[in-house]
Amino acid sequence: MPQLNSVPLSWYLILSAILFGLGIAGFLFRRNIITVFMSIELMLNAVNLTFITFSYKLRQVDGHIMSFFVMVVAAAEAAVGLAIILTVFKNRQTLDIDEVESMKY
Amino acid sequence: MLHDWLGPGWSGFHAMNFFLLSLIKSGIVAFVLLTTLAYLQWAERKILAHVQIRVGPRRVGPHGLLQPLADVIKLMTKEDMIPSHVSKLLYLFAPFLAVSMALIPIAVIPFGGQVEVFGVKTWMQLTDLNVGVLFILAVTSVGVYGVALAGWSSNNKYALLGGLRSSAQMISYELPVALALAAPLLLVNTLSLRHIVEGQAGFYLGFIPRWSVFQGPWPQIFSFFLFLIAAFAETNRVPFDLPEAENELVAGFHVEYSSMKFAAFFMAEYANILTACCVGTLVFLGGWQPLLPDSLGGQFIPSIVFGLGGAISIFHGLNPARKLDRYTLPAFGVIFLGIAALFLIPILQAILLPLFWFAAKVGVLLFVFIWVRGTLPRFRYDQLMRFAWTVMFPIAMVNLLITGLLVALTS
Amino acid sequence: MDLILFLVFAAIAVGCGINLVVQTHPISSALSLIGVMGSLAILYLLLGAEFLAAAQLIVYAGAIMVLFVFVIMLLNAGAERKPASRSYAKLFGVPLLVVFLGLIAYIVQTFLPKTEGVQFGKFTGGGAYEIGIKLFTDYLLPFEIVSVLILVAIFGAIVLARKEID
Repeated sequence: MPQLNSVPLSWYLILSAILFGLGIAGFLFRRNIITVFMSIELMLNAVNLTFITFSYKLRQVDGHIMSFFVMVVAAAEAAVGLAIILTVFKNRQTLDIDEVESMKY
Repeated sequence: MLHDWLGPGWSGFHAMNFFLLSLIKSGIVAFVLLTTLAYLQWAERKILAHVQIRVGPRRVGPHGLLQPLADVIKLMTKEDMIPSHVSKLLYLFAPFLAVSMALIPIAVIPFGGQVEVFGVKTWMQLTDLNVGVLFILAVTSVGVYGVALAGWSSNNKYALLGGLRSSAQMISYELPVALALAAPLLLVNTLSLRHIVEGQAGFYLGFIPRWSVFQGPWPQIFSFFLFLIAAFAETNRVPFDLPEAENELVAGFHVEYSSMKFAAFFMAEYANILTACCVGTLVFLGGWQPLLPDSLGGQFIPSIVFGLGGAISIFHGLNPARKLDRYTLPAFGVIFLGIAALFLIPILQAILLPLFWFAAKVGVLLFVFIWVRGTLPRFRYDQLMRFAWTVMFPIAMVNLLITGLLVALTS
Repeated sequence: MDLILFLVFAAIAVGCGINLVVQTHPISSALSLIGVMGSLAILYLLLGAEFLAAAQLIVYAGAIMVLFVFVIMLLNAGAERKPASRSYAKLFGVPLLVVFLGLIAYIVQTFLPKTEGVQFGKFTGGGAYEIGIKLFTDYLLPFEIVSVLILVAIFGAIVLARKEID
């Protein structure tokens, strides 16, 4: 039984794994482009948590820098991705991934 | 047991003391904050009225001073309607989010230096964070959701437009706010609000205060005005009050709200203004640092200000323009003179002087907010966005670059 | 205290994460994601990453998610229609996911030394000062590359958005 004033390091990693798994599930199950996109953000967040946990373990700030970069890239990704979603919606009037399929045939 | 719970370094007595002290401080701050918010609205109505050559509220209490109380009673007893077409959970959640995110930043704002009351040394601040400025930026940026969700969940096209406008406006103007705040932070080299103020202590040539707006190598005067302008947009105030433009959007995002939920948005708006003014004061105007050094009689300024106020009140009370003034103005005059006398007591001076300077600077900024509302017309939406991205952003960027360069060269 | 805080916010994070996946309306999903991010910010604080906790709220919750909510509101996206043909994905996907998570939990528990516990205040190297020093010395090149990336993203977003106006 762990003490009340400390949390096992592994719990943070397991939490991160759970969130990552939920992100995958959302990515696969949901059909709305925006929700799929948000699932990717959830996965990125889960990875950030891992980085910061290991940063704590190693007493180094490098993990923080990595998650900082992840945040910056996520911001860039969100800007471009949402612009693409807007264009898709403009051209097809739908946000359902399954209906954006003309490249299939 | 308590030791285990709180971790090392927390002996029971110390923890108890700390909790008690924090509780008392939070109580005082919450009381002062809520009173200020209520009277801010009274001040706004009064000042706006005088800008437009009207009288303003004067029926409830002397000079309308009990008007806020009457408003609170009115808002609380009004019927609390939930329209049938709203998305209920979010509709109820939005005002709660808006008001809590507006009130949280006050926790890290310092009102004065260290004081000793009944042998207990404490800071006139609830808590000091290493990342205080970032904390305020973070919490206020989450506050956008209150407005955006209110607009969306109301299921009303005017509300939706208001919510959309507000979210776009707030992310656009967060950039100039952050850049404008970054420049003075380079001068003081810290993110903790307490240390920011302490970094602005002292005087140049014995009489120019070393506030960020005057501090070398590059006075932050541009930054200050950028911050102020962007703060108008962040708090949805005239001339940038497009989210709640009455004549285009009825009332924008809170059109479907009534009673206390409407009051919550109202309170959130005023709390946001207060926070913005506090941050402006702390970062740019030197917080509780005095305008004049004690060698030039800086410690007598509050007494002089209140004494003059009292004298003027009594004079007008003795030569009343209205019948009522014969009784109210002398009473106010006596109160003001009493406050002036309080500031002359040496023991109280140490506590009251920082508070006076802080309150005076915040008050001036609040007055500017209200003054601008009475003076400027509203921007159009495209003008607002163009202004943010083509004027504010480049100026803030150039200002930050110059500040950084000069700080690097001179340090 | 640490344990209670961790459990509470981990529970909120997982709950919001599950809600993100099961909700059909994008705005509910977006709000759940904001909940996840907020509770993760608290966990970052517990891990001594105070700068990143603030950055998480400013960048993720305050900018990126506002953009998401903005787009959802702008497109007035409704709840998605339930696809009927996807039931097999849930039938196999959910158990596989649980197995995967169990595997990861097992591996993590076996390979990490159990003595190490996270205590608030034990690691204080996550302030703005330390991150700034590191960012502008060791990680200067990645930092510059990322800023170029941001610039490219701005161009991309402008080009894409401009097409929409025509």
